[in-house]
Amino acid sequence: MTIMSPEASSQRTLYPYVTGTSVVAIKYKDGILMAADMGGSYGSTLRYKSVERMKAVGKHSVLGASGEISDFQEILRYLDELILHDNMWDDGNSLGPKEVHNYLTRLMYNRRNKFNPLWNSLVLGGVKNGQKYLGSVSMIGVHFEDNHVATGFGNHLARPILRDEWKEDLTFEEGVKLLEKCMRVLLYRDRSAVNKLQIAKLTEEGMTISQPYSLKTFWGYGAFQNPTVGAEGSW
Amino acid sequence: MENMDLNAPHSMGTTIIGVTYDGGVVLGADSRTSTGMYVANRASDKITQLTDNVYICRSGSAADSQIVSDYVRYFLHQHTIQLGQPATVKVAANLVRLLSYNNKNMLQTGIIVGGWDKYEGGKIYGVPLGGTIIEQPFAIGGSGSSYLYGFFDQAWKEGMSKDEAEQLVVKAVSLAIARDGASGGVVRTVIINSDGVTRNFYPGDTLPLWHEELEPQNSLLDILNAPAPEPMNI
Repeated sequence: MTIMSPEASSQRTLYPYVTGTSVVAIKYKDGILMAADMGGSYGSTLRYKSVERMKAVGKHSVLGASGEISDFQEILRYLDELILHDNMWDDGNSLGPKEVHNYLTRLMYNRRNKFNPLWNSLVLGGVKNGQKYLGSVSMIGVHFEDNHVATGFGNHLARPILRDEWKEDLTFEEGVKLLEKCMRVLLYRDRSAVNKLQIAKLTEEGMTISQPYSLKTFWGYGAFQNPTVGAEGSW
Repeated sequence: MENMDLNAPHSMGTTIIGVTYDGGVVLGADSRTSTGMYVANRASDKITQLTDNVYICRSGSAADSQIVSDYVRYFLHQHTIQLGQPATVKVAANLVRLLSYNNKNMLQTGIIVGGWDKYEGGKIYGVPLGGTIIEQPFAIGGSGSSYLYGFFDQAWKEGMSKDEAEQLVVKAVSLAIARDGASGGVVRTVIINSDGVTRNFYPGDTLPLWHEELEPQNSLLDILNAPAPEPMNI
């Protein structure tokens, strides 16, 4: 982190304050399923527990974000303007998920070049004319397109599960169960996870986002009862 | 400054609270302003008026929070004239957010916006460091708020009356003052609803005593000269 001299007018790399953790998303038979918890952390404090980190974008896409929430709110404003201008053409055309993903990539990369990034990792999914699309963009503009994507801890904990268990044309039920498996692991192993999540479903018909709900957790392993028996002093 | 952990959020000297109840909002704050270890003002007013129906609680840098509230008051005044009716709490909160977000590198202030308007009734918006805007049924902020997360998790409930809400706020600020060195002085509250605005003032001697706190006395001499206790009867 560089320290600024007060005369220089340009801004430098900041640090995040209120942050969201992993977003996980998969393609399934009818479109896209995306999951994110509702936590807004403030350093190590789990300060806000009802933050919606997934939002619809236009008719065909859904955006999920991790990282600084104020920057996510600003990105939503940029996208509002993008969709508004697209609608104003009134030409029957509308921006699909691939185009929105490209816009976001340019947005993030250009801010990165000015050393003033939007401190987010984004997941953009959508369906247009039967074509499913799922992509991600990081705060430095690195972008991917894949059958399953995740941000943050999700990359380390969820993607391996998805690489093993994802298949083409999952049903809605299979997809939800798979995402919940990922989210449960994240709940066990990510300090900034909170047990209150939403799952967004995006199909040709549009976006629906579930009510907030919590996952059951399992602690009934014999080894958890008395872990240090036979090895006093260990943990 | 360089060897501080810059990734941890800065804690802010103050305790501020905003709570919605059935019909309006109650805002509360302590009254301590400190410069380092010295208490520069022991009776500050951290609950600042923006319009007739919208107030804010300020925490963090006194200078930053004052200048933000001055700008927002100025913008809201113009907005009210152009709109022809009182501004909504949401508009006020978004103006605070704009300033906080666009100047996030320079500002160090966490703000709670609370008020009443005819469209949405009583509303509370938190605008923490960084310029996130978040609508909440209740909000806590400042360094003293660290001690209140558990308290509110247990004590907060939906649909409180005006008096219940105010008692909760006073109790909470008082608890935070007991444990946070950067909070102290008196407890101020502001209640905003359709009837208008009420300011209340709770000096230390009206607040309950907590763990390891003793009843204040005028002098040791009063204790020494106190009449001998009544002998017990078995």
